[in-house]
Amino acid sequence: MIRLHKNVALSDSGYVFDPATGESYTLNPIGLEIVQMLRQNMTDDEIQGRILDRYQVDASSLERYYMDFIGSLVQFELADNE
Amino acid sequence: MNKRPVTIAVTGLNNIDSPGPGIPVIRSIRESKMFEPRVIGLAYENLEPGIYMHHLVDKTYMVPYPSQGSDALIERVLEIHRSEHFDVLIPNFDAELHAFIKSAPLLRSEGIATMLPTMAQFEERHKSNLPEFGKKYGVNIPRSVPVSNTREMEDAANKYKFPIMVKGKYYDAYIARNMHEAEAFFFKVSAKWGYPVIIQEFIEGTELNVVALGDGTGTTVGAVPMRKTYITDKGKAWGGITIEEPRLLEITRKIIRQTKWRGGMELEMIKSSDGTLYIIEINPRIPAWVYLATGAGQNQPEALLKLALGMETVPFTDYEVGKMFIRYSYDLIIGIKEFEQLTMNGAL
Repeated sequence: MIRLHKNVALSDSGYVFDPATGESYTLNPIGLEIVQMLRQNMTDDEIQGRILDRYQVDASSLERYYMDFIGSLVQFELADNE
Repeated sequence: MNKRPVTIAVTGLNNIDSPGPGIPVIRSIRESKMFEPRVIGLAYENLEPGIYMHHLVDKTYMVPYPSQGSDALIERVLEIHRSEHFDVLIPNFDAELHAFIKSAPLLRSEGIATMLPTMAQFEERHKSNLPEFGKKYGVNIPRSVPVSNTREMEDAANKYKFPIMVKGKYYDAYIARNMHEAEAFFFKVSAKWGYPVIIQEFIEGTELNVVALGDGTGTTVGAVPMRKTYITDKGKAWGGITIEEPRLLEITRKIIRQTKWRGGMELEMIKSSDGTLYIIEINPRIPAWVYLATGAGQNQPEALLKLALGMETVPFTDYEVGKMFIRYSYDLIIGIKEFEQLTMNGAL
């Protein structure tokens, strides 16, 4: 289960600010959608299911890109993999 | 509300690429809703830009460097005081603090208030005393040793392993990756700041700083943490952002509580990759980036002024996270007559 850090600020434009480090990041629209779903405490399966419903992507490609993206969030200390 | 008129004398008008804190301190105090300040600048060099910023500094006097003897400096300050009658003196250079702290009772008797650390506080946090400071107050400090020759430095380097930090007594810090570099930095730093040179273990990580103010009884009146976002080749912040890191504030409050710190302070810390916080320096004065704290909601120079004047000062409880500062350079155009007046009369 991926948990986005509570104090991470996320704007509708896809701008992410981590107040603990002062670092900021930009997300593309899909990244923003995923992070917004993480913020709603949705599980990995729920998020991937939602993306599969909305976009033309096969499940294995999505999983690969999704895990890569989640890995980046953890690496940048924006989220924890619980 | 009627503003209280106050005359302050401020040093550190060298608003250059490695800026002194004078101009940010003055800007902060000029924004005060409580005070109507008259600002007397005290300058060591006739090209300190603040001298010519007449919208910030009302009048500037030249003063002798502390290296010419603290008596000469204090006598000159008292001479200026007899014409300008300033209420508070806010020194902003590490190198002058010893003289002003030592003379604080004399200044007070002449009607000049200060809000400086005690001599014991000032000495205890010296770079060469930091390891003992860490043990006494229970904070992490990288290993360091004061050295006076290259042989001693080599011993320290062998103990800490390269890279090492080579630091001047007051200012300047360089990362040396081998003995050749270390020797070059040793001579550079010792030629500028004298001995000892400080050799410090290098801690890899992110540098985080806190600007804070202690009231002298153990209370932290203000504290704002910042991460440098742009660093010049001199290691100075050209940009920074306020952050939310409760551990930095805990360490700051712990130090101020235990030392009963009096006055402004800057804590320089490194957050290592495992998250451990190390204090690498404690500067006994307001730092040049203090205006960021003012912009984030803590006008610490104003609070320092209140403390110096013996006014009741309520500690700040909050600041805005994510507030940024970006420095810029700006060319002042001045007439030769101004420069002549300062050079010939020692005042402008």
